[in-house]
Amino acid sequence: MTDMAVDTSATAELPRTKTDWLPLLLVPALALAALPFVGSGSTWVTLTVAGLAMGMMIFLMASGLTLVFGLMDIINFGHGVFISLGAYATLLVLGPLAGWAAAESLGLNLALLGLCIVAAMAVTGVVGAVFERVIVRPVYGSHLKQILVTMGGLIVAEQAIHAIWGASPIPIPLPETLRGAFVFGDIVVERYRVVAVGIGLVVFIGMQLLLNRTRIGLLIRAGVENPEMVEALGYRIRRLFVSVFVAGSALAGLGGVMWAFYRQTLTAGMGMEVMVLVFIVIIVGGLGSVGGCFVGSILVALVANYVGFVAPKLALISNILVMALVLIWRPQGLFPVARR
Amino acid sequence: MSMSSALTLPPDETRRSGFFSRILSSDPPRSWVLSLILLAILLVLAATPFLFSGSQPLSTAAKICVFIVLVASYDLLLGYSGIVSFAHTMFFGIGGYGIAIALEQIEPTWASAGIGLVAALALSAVLAAAIGLLSLRVRAIFFSMITLAVASAVAVLASQMSEITGGEDGLSFQLPFELRPAFRPLEDQLFGVTVNGRILAYYLIFFVALFVFLLLLRIVNSPFGRVLQAIRENEFRAEALGYRVVAYRTAASVLSALAATVAGALMALWLRYNGPDTTLSFSIMIDILLMVVIGGMGTMYGAVIGATLFVLAQSYLQVLMAAGSEALEGIPILPILIHPDRWLLWLGALFIISVYAFPGGIVGRLRQAKQ
Amino acid sequence: MIEPLLKLSDVHTHVGPYHILHGVYFDIPEGELTMLLGRNGAGKTTTLRTIMGLWKASSGEIRFGEKDITAMSTPDIARSGIAYVPESMGIFTDLTVRENIVLAARSGPVDSARLDWILGLLPALKRFWNLPAGNLSGGQKQMLAIARAIAEPRRLLLVDEPTKGLAPVMVRSMIEAFKALKAAGETILLVEQSFYAASALGDNVLVMDDGRIVHSGAMSDLVADKALQQRLLGLSLDAHQ
Repeated sequence: MTDMAVDTSATAELPRTKTDWLPLLLVPALALAALPFVGSGSTWVTLTVAGLAMGMMIFLMASGLTLVFGLMDIINFGHGVFISLGAYATLLVLGPLAGWAAAESLGLNLALLGLCIVAAMAVTGVVGAVFERVIVRPVYGSHLKQILVTMGGLIVAEQAIHAIWGASPIPIPLPETLRGAFVFGDIVVERYRVVAVGIGLVVFIGMQLLLNRTRIGLLIRAGVENPEMVEALGYRIRRLFVSVFVAGSALAGLGGVMWAFYRQTLTAGMGMEVMVLVFIVIIVGGLGSVGGCFVGSILVALVANYVGFVAPKLALISNILVMALVLIWRPQGLFPVARR
Repeated sequence: MSMSSALTLPPDETRRSGFFSRILSSDPPRSWVLSLILLAILLVLAATPFLFSGSQPLSTAAKICVFIVLVASYDLLLGYSGIVSFAHTMFFGIGGYGIAIALEQIEPTWASAGIGLVAALALSAVLAAAIGLLSLRVRAIFFSMITLAVASAVAVLASQMSEITGGEDGLSFQLPFELRPAFRPLEDQLFGVTVNGRILAYYLIFFVALFVFLLLLRIVNSPFGRVLQAIRENEFRAEALGYRVVAYRTAASVLSALAATVAGALMALWLRYNGPDTTLSFSIMIDILLMVVIGGMGTMYGAVIGATLFVLAQSYLQVLMAAGSEALEGIPILPILIHPDRWLLWLGALFIISVYAFPGGIVGRLRQAKQ
Repeated sequence: MIEPLLKLSDVHTHVGPYHILHGVYFDIPEGELTMLLGRNGAGKTTTLRTIMGLWKASSGEIRFGEKDITAMSTPDIARSGIAYVPESMGIFTDLTVRENIVLAARSGPVDSARLDWILGLLPALKRFWNLPAGNLSGGQKQMLAIARAIAEPRRLLLVDEPTKGLAPVMVRSMIEAFKALKAAGETILLVEQSFYAASALGDNVLVMDDGRIVHSGAMSDLVADKALQQRLLGLSLDAHQ
């Protein structure tokens, strides 16, 4: 599709697009501002890395939700179920392959994590397709009914998890070589967090490439702005909807795996618990914006980590405060998405 | 809508209007079956202390009264204003903690109960107004997400500030003397029952609940309530007609929060205890949603039916399911499906079906059947 | 007489509670430019949206070529060969000009001869090729919308008020572009409020009022007959601009 070469030598004199830098600057500014409060530089590095890792995990869980909202104008309050379901799906792999988790081999351990992710994404993708068909499709267009019905779906799915795996929490240990931390002088960085940052970055870059470099990505971006026009160009947007919903659910499943190993316990309600942060993040980022979701995730996680260290009791409240401040500054979130 | 129905009432019903009609704010149940059920609920609740012995039925009745207020006030938001809040249990909890903290920290008197209630009402009003103004000016969907976030933050906060709130354990406290079981206002038995402070406490809850319910009925049938419904039907049109949508919705949210706070105070008074599990928890929020939707959104009577059915089911159906599950032991799957732990599964399914198929809930069905 | 490319028979459309089209009949002959005129609210936009399937006709029949498209979905109608430029233009502002055109060419890359032809018709686009379409002016967006509609050969173009709100110089270049399209043999149904633009372009003219076609005939007849103009358009059009 790049074979449409056109002489664009004249563009130089035209006004360039203004990139909205301010929200991006917010993250380093915040990190620097936190330094004097934290005091020690090594603690600050540890906290920052921890915040980044948490931010990546939240991003994984939130990105699907924000995309589904942007494209379909659907708000899925049952999204948390896919997080829980993804987390529980690891049991399908961890059970038979317990040996891989105990092995002192980074290769086997990472392969195990990879298989967990594949299993989780497969399960949540399939359930997502069913959820879209049965729960969501009949209520396109009505936010009130969407909230209610997806909440109902959440209740049923959480209960189903209880029925299948039992109601009591299930411990899941980290694979052997992913435990512990790297220590550089005073700086302590947990290994698993490095893995989480890596996976989060890979997914984020992958999504950016998909959205900006492929026809599907262009269609999704166009559909976010004007679904009717996409149809009038001859594209069946329904199919696009379903694939994005399935992809969003699978991403939540991936996030669920990462979150499960981070907490090292499984509960059916774990998805709903983290949904609070997910909602804050997509409101802060701007509903429908993947980039905003990424910046919002990191922002919220960093604030939670710094505040959690300086004044532990204020950690959750601090997120609410961040959200309130952002909404006062930009009522539509950091990166408002254009919609007709 | 009730104005037009008042015009079309058959003559024998208009003759009786007057007093009842005024009490019900000209918004009658509009179905004979529904009227009979409501009347039965009212009479049984009013006479519970004399109809049943033991503490279980009285506790169930008190819980029904509290939840009628809680659910009706939630319906003011969901059914009449068309916005979904997940912070209703937060206000319920604030009411409960207001009473609990005041009675435990100050002294078990009426005065401190009053102080606790007023402080709780003030806090609820401020929080509800702040959330409304912050989120509703953007889009109604923000409101849902932000209420969820704020409510969970407050729940965490309440369990962390254990010096004041008792943390996860909650607070047990003494009631004012007149509401304690040892208090005997009458020397003799009344209808074969010894009237004690416990029964007085029940009637306090019953009458306050009745009063708040009728007040809510009045609010939704006032001009204010009609504007809310107009906004629900068509937000842009209402805005174009000059109604300030954000202000109206925020006001509805504050009123709803105040009523929920009163309900929380009543709950704490009855239990002589308040903790995260009795008022703040998210599972109560889900229960409220179930009650509103199953009873019928957009009608105060739906709250009565929904709350009564749900609390009865919670108290008695699970026992029945346990019995059934045991009886069916040996048969595959069935015992698992009707295991008492699964009852929320069935309620959830019922909930989804209700939203799709009977958006008017039970009340809507009954009214349809009449036509 | 040859079969018309598009034929509407007794089309009624309801939008929400409102009954907007009250039995619309008309034919669009192949290879000609038909103007659809009428005052605001006459039902012109509704007619185009109903043809595209964006609002469904509640009764009546719409035939396109040999197919009955009345009940078809919007994407299928588009695939059968109709391009649509809505009044709001429907530009994807977040995408570049190039990306907008890439999406419009559904079956694959636009070949360079066709691209040269399009950019020859609408030269302004060339300079903005890799800029987000949101940066374009109103007239440039309109050009992009038309470029999208002709990115691939289509059998019929539906264009809703392409000159609305444009500066006179832009209106003139828009008229030139449509003249060139007409010369290339495209079949076009153009909604217009400006009689100046309409009379410069139209082969045929349809006039709508209150959800019905109240006049149809050759544009030249309407231009020649001042009395008819007065009767039909005096109340319904800004007669000169």
